[in-house]
Amino acid sequence: MKWQTIVPGAILVSIVILAALGSFLWTPYDVADLDIRNKMQTSSALHWLGTDHLGRDIFSMLMVGARTSIAVALVAVGIGMGVGVPLGLLAAARPDSRSDELIMRGNDLVFAFPALLIAILITAVFGRGSANAIIAIGIFNIPVFARLTRGAALSVWTREFILAARVAGKGAFRISYEHVLPNITNLLIVQSTIQFSLGILAEAGLAYVGLGAQPPIPSWGRMLAESQTLISLAPHLALYPGLAIVFTVLGLNLLGDGLRDWLDPRMRRER
Amino acid sequence: MLGYIVKRLGSLLATLLVASIIIFVVIEIVPGDPASFMLGLNAQADTVAALRTELGLDVSKPQRYISWVSGMLQGDFGQSYTYRSPVTDMIGDRLWISLPLALYALGLSTLIAFPAGIWAASKRGRATDSIVMGFTQLGVAIPNFWFALILVLFFSIKLAWFSAGGFAGWEQGFFAAMKSLTLPAIALALPQAAILTRVMRSSLLDVMGEDFMRTARAKGLTERQALVHHALRNALIPVLTIIGLQFSFLIAGAIIIENVFFLPGLGRLVFQGIAQRDLIVVESVVMLLVFAVVLVTFLVDIAYAWVDPRLRQGRRR
Repeated sequence: MKWQTIVPGAILVSIVILAALGSFLWTPYDVADLDIRNKMQTSSALHWLGTDHLGRDIFSMLMVGARTSIAVALVAVGIGMGVGVPLGLLAAARPDSRSDELIMRGNDLVFAFPALLIAILITAVFGRGSANAIIAIGIFNIPVFARLTRGAALSVWTREFILAARVAGKGAFRISYEHVLPNITNLLIVQSTIQFSLGILAEAGLAYVGLGAQPPIPSWGRMLAESQTLISLAPHLALYPGLAIVFTVLGLNLLGDGLRDWLDPRMRRER
Repeated sequence: MLGYIVKRLGSLLATLLVASIIIFVVIEIVPGDPASFMLGLNAQADTVAALRTELGLDVSKPQRYISWVSGMLQGDFGQSYTYRSPVTDMIGDRLWISLPLALYALGLSTLIAFPAGIWAASKRGRATDSIVMGFTQLGVAIPNFWFALILVLFFSIKLAWFSAGGFAGWEQGFFAAMKSLTLPAIALALPQAAILTRVMRSSLLDVMGEDFMRTARAKGLTERQALVHHALRNALIPVLTIIGLQFSFLIAGAIIIENVFFLPGLGRLVFQGIAQRDLIVVESVVMLLVFAVVLVTFLVDIAYAWVDPRLRQGRRR
């Protein structure tokens, strides 16, 4: 019954998604409003989670910051899946061919570059910004999906219904698209939640070191960076953005674990 | 085995070659000329030309690439545009902070993960197991730089046990230097420990279900004896692999953690390089870190193949 982690995971993730979507319609305060006279206030009826060093409402910033985190992680997963899955399917359709070897060597190469190093290189060239974080995390996701897809697709290719499809005259492309892909979708969904949570962490890390979203766009990672020098005066500045990241990642991990057990009983974690 | 090593070595060299080309090309497309940037807007054309010659920027790009790579092979990373000092010396100084930090974190994470994983596996399905697993879930979800801030808040600001940042320097003595690396290493070790604990537990449970474990119990060994004498050694193989594969995350984490604690390591150096457009420094540090990741992956592959002969012949899956 391990799949029951889906429930707490889904609740946590839903709260974050609702906060992000809700911020398009309403936030308690405008995140661009500076109120220096009321800076670094702790929780109150007026400001539920207090205010930051510029007097901005922390709760509102967390809501808008959720947008940045989700958008970056979502697009990065999209890049990883969009490029990695076709590459993995291609490699599995022609195992041990030159294209398979080339794809797998390419994967090894990308694995040698942690997302942060890719971000550093991109930033050195194009400057700082969310787009660079998306590209860096997206590139890092490509080999993850390519490897997973290849491994899973290879085992599907040995099944009898694939043989039947080949006998029926279907080509490698149609078989991959019509038969292999639907059989590995569950696995890809589970991996997406894991990569999504890693994406949230990576985005926060990049924003923290100044390689992610730039002011005035609120971002959880940058909120933490800005809180660092004020931590002895106003610890709450560091507390809430950190908790937002932890709850989001924890929710996604619980959801991913639960989905893995629920969607694929063979992968049920006995351990 | 020798054939496998040669094949993997060839793959390592090919990866490094392509990685060096990518890094060089990416850095080379940066708009602007480093010499003009260093001398400012009012610089005379002949002064800029002289500096370009001094920095070796007046030759063609392929020539510069060859000179960069051949220099690196001889331990010469070129000269910093900003500091006018050899990049090798700058990296050497910083490495004495980054490397001990990474190793300290690795040691701590192993020290936490091994007993925790063994304990959880031996209490499988009980409350203890759930508590340990709950902590690992949390450990994976906590960003290490936030954990670092929390550590600073409690241990530096509230309790004043450690300094909030900076590095004492090895000349102040081993313990003073290690003390400055303690909070950063703990922050860096947390997610690694959580992941390793899960792998250790899962690997032990896999091994404990094997036939030879049943035989060991049938021989009259207690559960603890069977675990210590038979299961643990076999379970260590995948754990050691994961330790190697986690190395790239440790490097990335160290770059961020150095910024939290203002440690003058490679991470700080590379960010200074970006801020000052000292691209030779960025290029060289990134190449060095990629080399470290590729080398550790290679060593893990070789160690794994040495332990598990099936991998030497088997197809990659």
